[in-house]
Amino acid sequence: MALTSKEVEHLAILSRLALTDEEKALFAGQMNDILEFADKFNQLDTDNVEPMVYVLPANNVFREDEVIPGPTRDELLTNASAVEEGYFKVPKIL
Amino acid sequence: MNREYETVVGLEVHVELKTKTKIFCSCSTEFGAEPNTQVCPGCAGFPGTLPVLNRKAVEYAIKTGLALNCEIAEVSKFDRKNYFYPDLPKAYQISQYYMPICKNGHLDIEVEETKKRIGITRAHLEEDAGKLVHQGTITSTEYSLVDLNRGGMALLEIVSEPDMRSAQEARAYLENLRAILLFAGVSDCKMQEGSLRCDANVSVRPRGQTELGTRVEIKNLNSFRALEKSIEYEVRRQINAIEDGEELIQETRTWDEEKQVTRAMRTKEDAQDYRYFPDPDLAPVYISQEWIAQVSESMTELPNQARQRLVNDCGLPEYDASILTLTPATLKFFDEAITKYNQPKIVSNWIMGELNRLLNVNNMEIEDSRLVAGDLVELLKLIDAGTISGKIAKTVFEEMFSTGKKPEEIIKEKGLLQISDEDTLKGMIDEIVAANPKVVEDYKNGKEKAFGFFVGQLMKATRGQANPAIVNKLLQERLSRE
Repeated sequence: MALTSKEVEHLAILSRLALTDEEKALFAGQMNDILEFADKFNQLDTDNVEPMVYVLPANNVFREDEVIPGPTRDELLTNASAVEEGYFKVPKIL
Repeated sequence: MNREYETVVGLEVHVELKTKTKIFCSCSTEFGAEPNTQVCPGCAGFPGTLPVLNRKAVEYAIKTGLALNCEIAEVSKFDRKNYFYPDLPKAYQISQYYMPICKNGHLDIEVEETKKRIGITRAHLEEDAGKLVHQGTITSTEYSLVDLNRGGMALLEIVSEPDMRSAQEARAYLENLRAILLFAGVSDCKMQEGSLRCDANVSVRPRGQTELGTRVEIKNLNSFRALEKSIEYEVRRQINAIEDGEELIQETRTWDEEKQVTRAMRTKEDAQDYRYFPDPDLAPVYISQEWIAQVSESMTELPNQARQRLVNDCGLPEYDASILTLTPATLKFFDEAITKYNQPKIVSNWIMGELNRLLNVNNMEIEDSRLVAGDLVELLKLIDAGTISGKIAKTVFEEMFSTGKKPEEIIKEKGLLQISDEDTLKGMIDEIVAANPKVVEDYKNGKEKAFGFFVGQLMKATRGQANPAIVNKLLQERLSRE
């Protein structure tokens, strides 16, 4: 199940990455290695095995519904690259 | 409506749960706060933070599931839905894809006296996204501003089966769903504030065809009216396209409230590829039978139970019962009124008539009004005692509604007491009869209208305050002497 260059391009778009043709070839190769490795799992007989839901032996980890105030707005926005009137400022979307 | 085609509608409803804090962090969910003042490193998507699930959100989801006759999952878990958008700081939304908390439910609707059961495919928990503010429109803006206060609020997405066959059925479904959510106490369901949001999947197919037509998803529906109008528009558009031999495409369209049309947003070609996978940061949720029983015990009357009670115990028509159970506040108002004034149909008429009219005109909910049930009861007792006429009562009611004053106070202030004193009325009748000899002639010649003319004149002279029964009696006596 080798990845085609079209699929690599699709993934690049989803990840908002601009790739050169060399990079596309490089990543296609690397991703195919990963897929091949993961394919080894298919050699296991899992007919009577329930799909695993979670790796750790934990469940029902809850918080109670009580407010804990967060940082001030100035603190929150400290690391933002652009700010306007208390908002994060981002480039146009469409 | 073209009879050769059948409309098929399914709804996806997002409900903001009424938790005090967000679903995965302890930030407040208070509506209307200054931008970015209810945000912590967790819901801002800072690296190194971890989500911790709000127990109350799970409880509300179980409650909703029970109210919608769903199966509650024994094991439920969360997945990541990946996409880039500035209102989603982590670049993924935590949602439930593989193992939703509720599935296979239903709710019953009634349209034009036909009852129908609408299937509910699933209901799952997820986090809300932030809010974007554009300068001008989304396409013409130079840049956008992000407020993350709403980001991370607890949402329940409720997905119906494509079981609805008209815009009216879709509206009835949403109204019933809203009533159930309000009675269950899990959400405020304010469409204007966005705590209840609805997308509609609409397709048409030739009558008799079993496979579904090409489906269009309509977004941006923030009122019942918008839902109904947009489906009607979309069905017309799709039928016209088919009739003209055009091929419909599966796409997302937005409802343009101003122009009353749907407009294309994006097609399936650029449809999202969300690459769902289990969120390793969140442990699964195990829901025991004991927990379900506990939630079930905490539930109070639901709309359909209340409807039955109003029909069986109060003797109200089904229609009245369905209107009075649209919101818990309406039902509470009714219940309070009839404990003090045991005439359910009269109380119901006032709520469905005058009260709902004033609420609609002012675009208000009953809980926002200053009127209390006890004051309506006082008013009804004043009518019964003959202190005011039924007609004047409506004027008094309007004043009660807008000022919150007691009926007696308004009657006193405005001098609206009903005139029942026979001598006063007799004097006035004498004057009117003397001033209109021609109408008296008409009356003697058997013209029914003439009698009404005299009643009208007297009501005018007394500004509607004359007691109609006494006026009728006195006028008949007086005219019989002519």
